[in-house]
Amino acid sequence: MTDTVAHAQGSPEQTQPFSELGLKPDEYERIREILDRRPTSAELAMYSVMWSEHCSYKSSKVHLRQFGDKKPETDVLLVGIGENAGVVDIGDGWAVTFKVESHNHPSYVEPYQGAATGVGGIVRDILSMGARPVAVMDPLRFGPLDAADTRRVLPGVVAGIGGYGNCLGLPNIGGEVVFDESYLGNPLVNALCIGAMRHEDIHLASAKGVGNLVVLYGARTGGDGIGGVSVLASETFSEGGPTKRPSVQVGDPFMEKLLIEATLEVLQAGLVEGIQDLGGAGISCATSELASNGEGGMHVWLDRVPLRDASLSPEEILMSESQERMCAIVTPANLDAFLVLCRKWDVEAVVMGEVNASGRLTVDWHGERIVDVPPRTVAHEGPVYERPYARPDWQDALQADGPDDLPRPTSPADLRATLLAMVAAPNLASKSWVTSQYDRYVLGNTVLAQPEDSGMVRIDEVTGRGVAVSTDCNGRFAKLDPYEGARLALAESYRNVAATGAVPLAVTNCLNFGSPEDPSVMWQFAEATRGLADGCLELGIPVTGGNVSFYNQTGGNAILPTPVVGVLGVIDDVDRRTPMAWGPDGELIYVLGDTRDEFAGSEWAHHVHGHLGGRPPALDLARERLLAEVLVAGSRDGMLTAAHDVSDGGVAQTVVEMALRAGVGARCWVPDGLTPFSFLFSESASRAVVVVARSEELRFTEMCQARGLPAHRVGVVDSGLGADAGFAPGTQVLQVGDLFTVSLDELRQAHEGTIPAALSA
Amino acid sequence: MTRIGVVTFPGSLDDRDAARAVRLAGGEPVALWHGDDDLHGVDAVVLPGGFSYGDYLRCGAIARFAPVMSTLVDAARGGLPVLGICNGFQILCETHLLPGALTRNDSLHFICRDQRLRIESTDSAWTADYQVGDEIVIPLKNGEGGFVADESTLDALEGEGRVVARYLEVNPNGSRRDIAGIRNERGNVVGLMPHPEHAVELLTGPSADGLPFFTSILRSLVGAA
Repeated sequence: MTDTVAHAQGSPEQTQPFSELGLKPDEYERIREILDRRPTSAELAMYSVMWSEHCSYKSSKVHLRQFGDKKPETDVLLVGIGENAGVVDIGDGWAVTFKVESHNHPSYVEPYQGAATGVGGIVRDILSMGARPVAVMDPLRFGPLDAADTRRVLPGVVAGIGGYGNCLGLPNIGGEVVFDESYLGNPLVNALCIGAMRHEDIHLASAKGVGNLVVLYGARTGGDGIGGVSVLASETFSEGGPTKRPSVQVGDPFMEKLLIEATLEVLQAGLVEGIQDLGGAGISCATSELASNGEGGMHVWLDRVPLRDASLSPEEILMSESQERMCAIVTPANLDAFLVLCRKWDVEAVVMGEVNASGRLTVDWHGERIVDVPPRTVAHEGPVYERPYARPDWQDALQADGPDDLPRPTSPADLRATLLAMVAAPNLASKSWVTSQYDRYVLGNTVLAQPEDSGMVRIDEVTGRGVAVSTDCNGRFAKLDPYEGARLALAESYRNVAATGAVPLAVTNCLNFGSPEDPSVMWQFAEATRGLADGCLELGIPVTGGNVSFYNQTGGNAILPTPVVGVLGVIDDVDRRTPMAWGPDGELIYVLGDTRDEFAGSEWAHHVHGHLGGRPPALDLARERLLAEVLVAGSRDGMLTAAHDVSDGGVAQTVVEMALRAGVGARCWVPDGLTPFSFLFSESASRAVVVVARSEELRFTEMCQARGLPAHRVGVVDSGLGADAGFAPGTQVLQVGDLFTVSLDELRQAHEGTIPAALSA
Repeated sequence: MTRIGVVTFPGSLDDRDAARAVRLAGGEPVALWHGDDDLHGVDAVVLPGGFSYGDYLRCGAIARFAPVMSTLVDAARGGLPVLGICNGFQILCETHLLPGALTRNDSLHFICRDQRLRIESTDSAWTADYQVGDEIVIPLKNGEGGFVADESTLDALEGEGRVVARYLEVNPNGSRRDIAGIRNERGNVVGLMPHPEHAVELLTGPSADGLPFFTSILRSLVGAA
């Protein structure tokens, strides 16, 4: 029997399965207070998914407010936090929107579909702003490379991202692949999408205009992903617990491609008043958010929803997270034209509801009223928690346990061996096994893609205006000090964008943490958000939006706090981008910034010693800003042949990557005042390696000097060193002072061999 | 101006890229729609890459029944130049305009890489601007790009100079005899697994080595007119 509103009024004592749906007793009581009766089972379904951690941000909201409160003075933000994605003005009438979302839990349960639908979801978010999606990126984190479960999860995730993204026709231009013990059992699969549009094409998710129609279009609704947000994303996995595969959605990228094209055509034709994608919490989310953002109310005839499985109950239809569905608000006059364009793309569309002036969201099922609620209480007035937080009692001991006593290589042979071991370390090794499974060419506008510092796409084919995006986070730094760790992640991403010649403009984030019910985790979260907000204010770039993923822990073990930061930059002409491969013989290699003896949280301490302790590298964001200005000016004035940021693995890693990308060797030397070890492997912040032609050297160093940025000449590109060093003539080698020489072939073998060897075993 | 049609099927992805390549070569791209059996008087047609109809059933198997294909197959038999790239190559094999079939990569992974090729035949409408033996680097990206045919067909293709391009250095997908592209007897129909349309600008491609596919057809059409 259908649990109608009338029935609910008459049966206040009926017990309801609120805790199975993830609601706490006091949350259930609050629903009863709002409605002044018990909720119907359909209403309970809606509240449970919308009040889940994933949808309501109930634990994070009080902290995320800082991104608005501390927003820097900016005129680049066309649409701010709170919409599906923020929108940034990149000039010439172009607007760009970008956002990252997590699909961590589904990707652990079912790697292929979890990762695939993560791509699908973020693409629809971008689409629902009115933008054409132009590129995707995927920051990924897994357990140790040699762990059995990593060999299950990683290939599945990569195949899922490729299988879905490649079929959508969106170039995958970057991201990260990071390995750490703490991600074993809690892989992080974050997906980022970038979209572009003209200013006048921005659309928002609101249901305005009494009498306008609510059109549901795209795939049919099925039983997949029911309760995904509440059951999966908002609960800690318990060891030995039931697998949760029925809560993972199944994706159809072909349907999504048709949905993209149909959506862009109806937007282009001016047939849409408001638009919203259906992702987490499905129809519950789309209808309540559209109605809540609108001015009146909304009525939905739920039995009109096309179903893949006719046996679904209304509660299941409201909660289903079936993929590839969108919801549009269309005037009655435009309906026919809307339906014609949907038919052109073989996309099914039905009028599911109507905007009205009731101030309520009402849902009928075969003539019976099953939902009657104030939409804001579902979508925007969910519970807000001031979760208790406390600095963990182990934090002091962790910070006191610095890396200074770890044995360091000093002999030339040991330094050489360390270099080869480092470039082959899973976190520093080439990720081409992963990225070669992604299409980076489609759409024909990819200017830079992995392994470059940031992905860069051309937005305007006539003027060459484009954008660059990078995502970064070193979770080890964040564990040592979450405040500084978040600022360091921001600084690295900012630097990566500037290294390619683009001006950093705006920030998005994906905050991956353990259980918010653990005060230590909540402290990490509070510190990281505070650090990120302060950092953005200092750098003068606003946060446009983001995503929070909690409960990334198995049992009592939380992941490294992982605030992934994405920075978007604009470049007025992509033709002047700075690549990472250096040019011909004779060009000069400079390290910009100060190198200090900083190894806490470094890849060397991690890979060679399995050590994590101390305080992360010092960060001065004024210096970071100066470095970025020099990198951009160097690109704009044509002084730089190449640039590459220095981060994980230090200068050694940066120089090796540049050499391998170019296939040309170099002679380097250790600057005065530094030990070879510190020079090669320290991870001091705010540094980059740049390469300048001899003809530009004076102009460049004078600029650095005038602006107060230290620039140290540390090498020269040289393809002719092989023979003198005892190799076959023509062999490309890297020579480090009089310490050691190593061929690029040997470096390449070490750098490129690690991941294929581990995954094909 | 010479008009080159680019067909969009549901799931086509590289149609915009193919149109751009035509434009950069100096031609006029004309968008053709899968559901329209009218070729709108174009002088040649590109079947672009992508996943037509989601690659359901088998790559290209459903696309061959699209209304546009019934007209196109007849026109191609009559001499209309057709270039099928990647999914387009798969469609040409499904329609039997070209022999053989494309199967799952032997690595079982989708692969995207800058691929070195050797041009083996300039005796086609789409490769006349190359020299035999030219080595080019253009993107390759496919999940099902392994070219297979029976031995006698392979012998015939080689014997008649109908192998248009071969993989060099790496055979990325297990194609028999390193075959990357073939042509029909007449030379007007060419199928190619790698993507010349992604190598028409130095800014966005690994090279501009793909452009001659598009200048070749424009020159051969002007020559024929």
